[in-house]
Amino acid sequence: MTVRIQELEHLKEMLLKMAALVEASIRYSVESLVERESELAQQVIADDHKINAYDVHIDEECVRLLALKQPMGKDLRFITTAIKITTDLERIGDNSVNIAERAIELNKEPLLKPYIDIPRMSRIVQGMVRNSIDAFVNEDARLAREVIIRDDEVDDLNEMVWKELMLIMTKDPSTVSRAVKITYISKYLERIGDHATNIAETVVYMVEGKIIRHMLPDQI
Amino acid sequence: MVMSHDDIFETVGKPLLNDGRIKISCRNVNVYYGEKRAIKDVSVDIAEKEVTSFIGPSGCGKSTFLCCINRMNDTIKDCRFEGNITIDGENIYDRTMDPVLLRARIGMVFQKPNPFPKSIYQNVAYGPRIHGLARNKSELDEIVITSLEKAGLFNEVKDQLDHPGTSLSGGQQQRLCIARAISVQPEIILMDEPCSALDPIATAKIEELIDELRQNYTIIIVTHSMQQAARVSQRTAFFHLGSLVEVDDTNTIFVNPEHRLTQDYITGRYG
Repeated sequence: MTVRIQELEHLKEMLLKMAALVEASIRYSVESLVERESELAQQVIADDHKINAYDVHIDEECVRLLALKQPMGKDLRFITTAIKITTDLERIGDNSVNIAERAIELNKEPLLKPYIDIPRMSRIVQGMVRNSIDAFVNEDARLAREVIIRDDEVDDLNEMVWKELMLIMTKDPSTVSRAVKITYISKYLERIGDHATNIAETVVYMVEGKIIRHMLPDQI
Repeated sequence: MVMSHDDIFETVGKPLLNDGRIKISCRNVNVYYGEKRAIKDVSVDIAEKEVTSFIGPSGCGKSTFLCCINRMNDTIKDCRFEGNITIDGENIYDRTMDPVLLRARIGMVFQKPNPFPKSIYQNVAYGPRIHGLARNKSELDEIVITSLEKAGLFNEVKDQLDHPGTSLSGGQQQRLCIARAISVQPEIILMDEPCSALDPIATAKIEELIDELRQNYTIIIVTHSMQQAARVSQRTAFFHLGSLVEVDDTNTIFVNPEHRLTQDYITGRYG
């Protein structure tokens, strides 16, 4: 039975809306840290239920289409991809909430050092999330592969942040509590990069039918 | 894409096998009904003891091609065959090949169950009797019972073997036809939309039966239900306007087909 084009478009539209919310949650959670505005962080935590609602709604819609339309070929790959993407988006939302929680805690204490690499990581992972979803919507495997490559940049920054904070903590143990929270934030951002990479890998499968997860970079 | 009946498509996927499992080998098959070319240069191998599905829209040539394999097309006036089909390496269009004996090796099941207007027992016994497969009554009884058992029908009809075959339900009649087909110990079973006249429960029984039968027989099934092709077959062939567009493992055809036309057909965006 045919899955109507409108049904697939509706699914795409919901995923785009969910991705927009997720992207905003990353931006605001990091902004609340950098600008030391805890109300913004509270807002990110309060809005997470909207992301969760999309997660449930998209899953239900996908299962409905699988049950009633028994899609095949490209449609089947599109719908199974959508199910996987929502899971990653939902986890990214949770990571943003974690960042917001740490931001609220850090904002209550004196500034340890100006944030430079964290906002950079935030911008990169927001771009990765946006591009991975654009790649999905436009069935663009080339863009998806670019996302996968960018993940290395995020990993490198996370490593740098970790090393820098280790140095600070060794010199002055009174910074440990704050420094550990910042390393957490860096790690959450790194995880967001991983989720965006998962999405991009799934998009390559959807477009080309080729599973590239767990492959070495030169194999993808 | 503008398509006409003159188009011929190069077959993509894996039409030819090279792993020694070949039961039926078809090369450059063309079939004409008068001037009309109904099958266009089809080359494909059918694997032994496996189910192969033929799918495609009405008029694509899948039933015509099926009927080439047991030479049913011989009986159609104005139908002309070109090319080569071998079963176990033996050319079935050879002058010395007796089509009647060939059809004993190849059972056929049709869209509508068509039991003979005889008893259940006689429906199954008829073939073995005319082919001389039983020396006496007890051997014939044995063949009838085994065939009905293999067709998953024996337990339902064992107390009414003398009742007319036509007294059974549609699904039972179709299983009776399968029992009749296997009673002459064929190597190949051709099925032309065997479930299209059946309800979902009878369909499920036939599909389970097909899955069991493939242990002993090479099966080709023509079906309009893509879900059925996906459920019962190991390889699937997609026909379009007389050409064989794509053949591959069933999983590949329904998850990630190579040809655009196959993609359009299985997602229902065809034509």
